[in-house]
Amino acid sequence: MPEIRNYTLNFGPQHPSAHGVLRLVLELDGEVVQRADPHIGLLHRGTEKLAESKPYNQSIGYMDRLDYVSMMCNEHGYVLAMEKLLNIEAPLRAQYIRVMFDEITRILNHLLWLGAHALDIGAMTVFLYAFREREDLMDCYEAVSGARLHATYYRPGGVARDLPGTMPQYQPSRWKSQKEVDALNAIRQGSLLDFIEAFTDRFPGCVDEYETLLTNNRIWKQRTVGIGVVSPERAMQMGFTGPMLRGSGVEWDLRRKQPYEVYDRLDFQIPIGVNGDCYDRYLVRIEEMRQSNRIIRQCVEWLRDNPGPVFIEDHKITPPRREEMKADMESLIHHFKLFTEGFCLPEGEAYAAVEHPKGEFGVYLVSDGANKPYRLKVRAPGFAHLAGLNEMAVGHMLADVVAIIGTQDIVFGEIDR
Amino acid sequence: MTERLDNLAARLQERFKPGEGALQRAFGEVTLEVAAPDLGATAEALRDGEGLKFELLADLCGVDYLEYGVAEWTTEESTSEGFSRGVEKATFGRFTFDDAPDASRHQGPRFAVIYHLLSVSLNQRLRLRVYCPDDAFPVVPSVTEIWASANWYEREAFDLYGIVFDGHPDLRRILTDYGFVGHPFRKDFPLIGHVEMRYDPEQARVVYQPVTIEPRVLVPKVIREDHRYIRESAGEKSADA
Repeated sequence: MPEIRNYTLNFGPQHPSAHGVLRLVLELDGEVVQRADPHIGLLHRGTEKLAESKPYNQSIGYMDRLDYVSMMCNEHGYVLAMEKLLNIEAPLRAQYIRVMFDEITRILNHLLWLGAHALDIGAMTVFLYAFREREDLMDCYEAVSGARLHATYYRPGGVARDLPGTMPQYQPSRWKSQKEVDALNAIRQGSLLDFIEAFTDRFPGCVDEYETLLTNNRIWKQRTVGIGVVSPERAMQMGFTGPMLRGSGVEWDLRRKQPYEVYDRLDFQIPIGVNGDCYDRYLVRIEEMRQSNRIIRQCVEWLRDNPGPVFIEDHKITPPRREEMKADMESLIHHFKLFTEGFCLPEGEAYAAVEHPKGEFGVYLVSDGANKPYRLKVRAPGFAHLAGLNEMAVGHMLADVVAIIGTQDIVFGEIDR
Repeated sequence: MTERLDNLAARLQERFKPGEGALQRAFGEVTLEVAAPDLGATAEALRDGEGLKFELLADLCGVDYLEYGVAEWTTEESTSEGFSRGVEKATFGRFTFDDAPDASRHQGPRFAVIYHLLSVSLNQRLRLRVYCPDDAFPVVPSVTEIWASANWYEREAFDLYGIVFDGHPDLRRILTDYGFVGHPFRKDFPLIGHVEMRYDPEQARVVYQPVTIEPRVLVPKVIREDHRYIRESAGEKSADA
């Protein structure tokens, strides 16, 4: 009788289901996974080391590039850590703007996750639907910061500028006729807040559409129910946070438990799962999108009624206005010092965490009193999740590994840093 | 929030009897310093102890204190020629391997491992700091037995700082390239690195070669004694202690 040996399979880094550059060395017994060894670091850029060589303000843009599908939430963690050390707080309006964009980002992230996850396990249509709504949300990014992805919009002490009164308009081109452009521009006639409000009106209907396609779909349930089950104890042992922890039935959300900005003033609920499998995590994220929609709605209403400053007036930290700079010597000096040397943070260390769409995104900042961080450590939620992949995948079939990678919502920008 | 921190600090004080300065509070966070040999017992007590229950290790990272407090531009006093022009090559962004400053001028322990603990059941956080006793061969005990999430974090700290975790089941490099030499996040490792990679059409493969780029960080590291913060942080310390 011939000897039966395990089969070693190299999965990725060039694999569409590897969500970027994951290289996975799988040891298979037939089609059953015996061991999964993820090799990461193929996207390692040394973000933390780079940040340590630059003044604080110049690294905000690097934070966008960590988890490149939830850009503003990354900035939020970094900015909060700086504000903690500086002992400053953004004006209320800026806090509402940040919360609103955090939730827009959460929907952006979950839409990409939903589309990619469904595509991985065989449902093509959801991807197209999800990207339809992502387009609108990225227009919001563009309107407020000028960039559709890497916004660099948050600043220590507030946000870069106030919400604009107009939306960018589509122009006719080879691909879009005047008629199509008119249809697209029809909802872009008002201010950014009008556009977001219109979005929140139609978005719950869109989520219903995704659910029609998936929630009771027999194939979807066969691929996700009972796959990658994590008990609450193991989830905490492995450092899971966010939907990965809530899917296992642990009610833990930083927005509620350790509220930052204005989350304690807003009305929303925290969905949790029961079984801790891929299907429960799917349901949790779907419900999170609905709750984010509610939060955005509340922020829009507040922001409409309460105009005000969006950054603090301490020009040792935030740049002075352009007009002031042209007439006032002091402002010119502030501007010059801020953009050549930056500002110094007091000596000390701080850890600030935000509820990122993927889990707890923490920034540990050590300052020795200089204009550059002495040590910057990014606590990426995906890093801990991917470390638990082996435990989640063992005993499952090869095809289920793809479902588990999908449910972990992995993005390599933040894991490899 | 302050009351909560008071309670936590009191429990830690009672449980671990830390020495002078080993239990710190700043910016609404509690930091506990532990000697490397005591780490295992302390970590287990922190996970299971009554009123502590830190069941989740949120983060673990290394820190290299080699350049702590080193600035490249004198801001306090000027000479007859004015302030210095910021040409000192004191930090890693501005030197190469050849002109790296001597590491022996550093005082005190160089490497530390920082643990960020989270208690989901009691909603509290704690930072744990362990200094590595030996600078030349930094070793601390592994906590993978206590928190499974430490596995990859310790591999990362080993990869980036060369800190060895005694008892780790599988201490391999994790983020850097296969066959990488050195520990890139150490403060005596220049930002430009030492090798670069390119495709060689003659050999029809990717080859490594010594770096050809120059250090190009232009903004010097400046430490300014900002009196606003000195007063505030000093006030907070005395109120907190």
